[in-house]
Amino acid sequence: MMRSFSQQIPIILKGDVHVLVAFGIDTYKSVAGRKEMTVTTDTALISHLMRRAGFGAAHEEIEAYAEMGYEATVEKLLDPESEPAVDKYSLMRRHPITEVPGGASGPGQANWLYFMLNTKRPLQEKMTLFWHHVFATGNAKVDNCNHLLDQISMLREEGMGNYRTMLLNLARDPAMIFWLDNNENHKNAPNENWGRELLELFSLGVGNYTETDVFECSRAFTGWTIGAKMPRYPYGRHPWTFEFRAEDHDYSEKTFLGRTGNFDGEDIIDIILDQKACSQFIARHLYSFFVEDEPQVPAWNIEEPRNPEAVSYLADLLVESGYEIKPVLRALFNSNFFKDSAYKRVKSPVEVVVGTLRLVEDVKGADPRLESTAREPGYMGQDILDPPSVEGWHTGREWINSGALVKRVNFVSDRMSDPELPGVKKIIARIADTAESMSPEALVESCLDEMGPLPVKHETREELVSHAREQGDLSWDNNSYRESAVRAGEMLALIASTREYQFG
Amino acid sequence: MVTTEKDPVIVILQLTGGNDYFNTIIPYNDGNYYDNRPGLKIPQEDMLTIDEEFAMHPSMGPMGDIYKRGDMAIIHGVGYANSPRSHFRSMDIWHTAEPDKVGTEGWLGRAVRELDPNSENPVTAVNIGQGLPRALVTPGVSVASVADLSNYGLLTSVEQDMVREKMLTRFSNMYGAALGSGQVMDYLGQTGIDALKGADILKVAPDIYESTIEYADSPIAKSLRDVATIHKAELGTRVFYTQHGSFDTHAAQAPAHAQLWQEVSVAIQDFWDDLREGGKDENVVMFLFSEFGRRVRDNGSGTDHGAAGVSFVIGPRGNGGMYSRYPETRAEALEQGDLVPNQDFRGVYSTILENWLEVEAAPIVNGTFSSENFLSSSN
Repeated sequence: MMRSFSQQIPIILKGDVHVLVAFGIDTYKSVAGRKEMTVTTDTALISHLMRRAGFGAAHEEIEAYAEMGYEATVEKLLDPESEPAVDKYSLMRRHPITEVPGGASGPGQANWLYFMLNTKRPLQEKMTLFWHHVFATGNAKVDNCNHLLDQISMLREEGMGNYRTMLLNLARDPAMIFWLDNNENHKNAPNENWGRELLELFSLGVGNYTETDVFECSRAFTGWTIGAKMPRYPYGRHPWTFEFRAEDHDYSEKTFLGRTGNFDGEDIIDIILDQKACSQFIARHLYSFFVEDEPQVPAWNIEEPRNPEAVSYLADLLVESGYEIKPVLRALFNSNFFKDSAYKRVKSPVEVVVGTLRLVEDVKGADPRLESTAREPGYMGQDILDPPSVEGWHTGREWINSGALVKRVNFVSDRMSDPELPGVKKIIARIADTAESMSPEALVESCLDEMGPLPVKHETREELVSHAREQGDLSWDNNSYRESAVRAGEMLALIASTREYQFG
Repeated sequence: MVTTEKDPVIVILQLTGGNDYFNTIIPYNDGNYYDNRPGLKIPQEDMLTIDEEFAMHPSMGPMGDIYKRGDMAIIHGVGYANSPRSHFRSMDIWHTAEPDKVGTEGWLGRAVRELDPNSENPVTAVNIGQGLPRALVTPGVSVASVADLSNYGLLTSVEQDMVREKMLTRFSNMYGAALGSGQVMDYLGQTGIDALKGADILKVAPDIYESTIEYADSPIAKSLRDVATIHKAELGTRVFYTQHGSFDTHAAQAPAHAQLWQEVSVAIQDFWDDLREGGKDENVVMFLFSEFGRRVRDNGSGTDHGAAGVSFVIGPRGNGGMYSRYPETRAEALEQGDLVPNQDFRGVYSTILENWLEVEAAPIVNGTFSSENFLSSSN
């Protein structure tokens, strides 16, 4: 799509305007002699967009998107079908267990990580992750990654579609039914788990319904169950299927959120969507995931949103669009509050792992290390497909503890300082190409640029520059290239270890 | 807080996967054992008899020795009601001491908060392994998680020591700077400094470690040697955590279970020999547990998830012997084909917390539970 172009891209350098001629998409040679490089606002903004709406993007992609323009890039992200889907068959051939992991989380995580690492539809995959945060379903109880992966596939399909469709699909999702005990929700003995969490965590939020509503809601979903499961031995797991058991359904009158009728599950969902609280709740989730860390969900009925106008704006759009997600995302990414939000969120472990690997171009395709790599977000505190509870993960500052911080710092700096990795080679080549001889300040600048561009506090910058100064100027001529590459790798690693880099 | 070598130390060894209680401590006079284990019964001549009723699995030689010299308490029938028999949920329950709802704080994290309320020592709790077990995760509590003691710390991929030292100094300066940019940055700063301090503290341990013991060549032996290394360095660590597995022997249990217990037993023997040699064993207690036991009836080549399990508490200051009751094995007494627990695991935790670590148990295990006195005070 945006491959093989050869154009002149104006880059504003200190005081002068120089033209870098692009030969193909991965080599830039400075035609004039000026040494330092500053990135235009366009590319910084695009980098920010790609970090949030995806898992970051390589330099060439950023340049190409900048060429297209910001709005066009947003449109491209909202059009996943314009790129091919991930090649599942390659994964199946080389890691067959990830297709049917059964109760083992590891291969299940590897399956999803493969999608995240290789997707050309970044926003679609990021939305899948978003919805997994909201509709958190965990293997700890479900003990069946086959069906969890099915749920993830559904979220991938519908995630940029319609929220109502997703809720209805979830009400019929075997993993969700089992997770929230709706298979134990009977006409004569209602079980409130699904009914409650649907209201509390999936749509309205605490404070926007009563205990009676929970009870009535649960009654409406009686009979929405899963077919009798065959015993696992001796032939292995059998697929679960959704089943509606009319004889177990409570058809009688219910009063829910002020309405009365013989409601079933679908009616309940319609009534929920009629509540302003629903659009506010989902809008706040979108804000927290894409814009800025909000307090944890259990505090939402006590603490106001950081930016109430922004949340209301998104909420109103959700209602206007009939709960279609794309129009809301379009407005969100094009808003000023989004554009101003760079580095205002603590990156989640998945973002750290996938973002880094995509940047350095490692563990691509059905790499043999896929399954061990898939464990890394878990070491940092985020076991995908196995959130600690239906509440999902505690995000923002709560991603950080002494164990996780060491893991995050080491994971990233380990890769950024490895000059053999294709992505790192490219980064260093680009830095080398800006000048034959480079001051310590320029080294720090160009490294910060490649890692973001990452804004750092004055004190942090001082330390980085001091560190670079210890070995003086760098030369990129043929004799010194290797040595300078090592120094650059170290600087990239040091930047990866900063506090500022924990944000994204 | 001044910590002395006499402060009581607990070492948790998690047997991951669900250890088969019935083949670990065997009631060899019970006909039900032989009837229910057509595929997996241990021949009587191979069992290691430890008293008139019970024998240990043949691979547990060193464990038998420890029991016979009085340093081991065997706690029977440990578990909790209505076990879901799911690995992850059961493990979470053991880690958070919350069987009935989803717990969010680890029981050991809470204990550490009592032991070091002002967070003075970042290595009060050390996990040997990857990640951080939920038992240790509690907001505000700093825990060092060491995958490889010889290479623990920040920026470990930087090979040249001098370069690394310099980078760590920069790290320390950057994280120590008061940036005035809000709570999260401050918190990050504190966490980073703690992690660095922890790594600095721990790195002296391998250098000063002395021992004539040649540990076996298994992962659990290596982990326990790391525990011993840190403990003998007297760095103030009060809680150690490590694990071995997988004990989830649904099939081919005979060779697997044998090897697992051989590895664990020898590693434990090496560990205690090492501590005794250095005169550092008196204030240490080791606690072994698994997330559940396994089914009474085998499935031909293995066993499936069960309920009640066995725990071991080892240490020279423990009260050796048998505690609680071996669950009844006749069919009518089983629940879903499983041994029924009669000792709530939170009671075992409570005894360890109160008698050994001398912290109040009730807030940590969310209630009052008790057990027999397998562990007296550490004084």
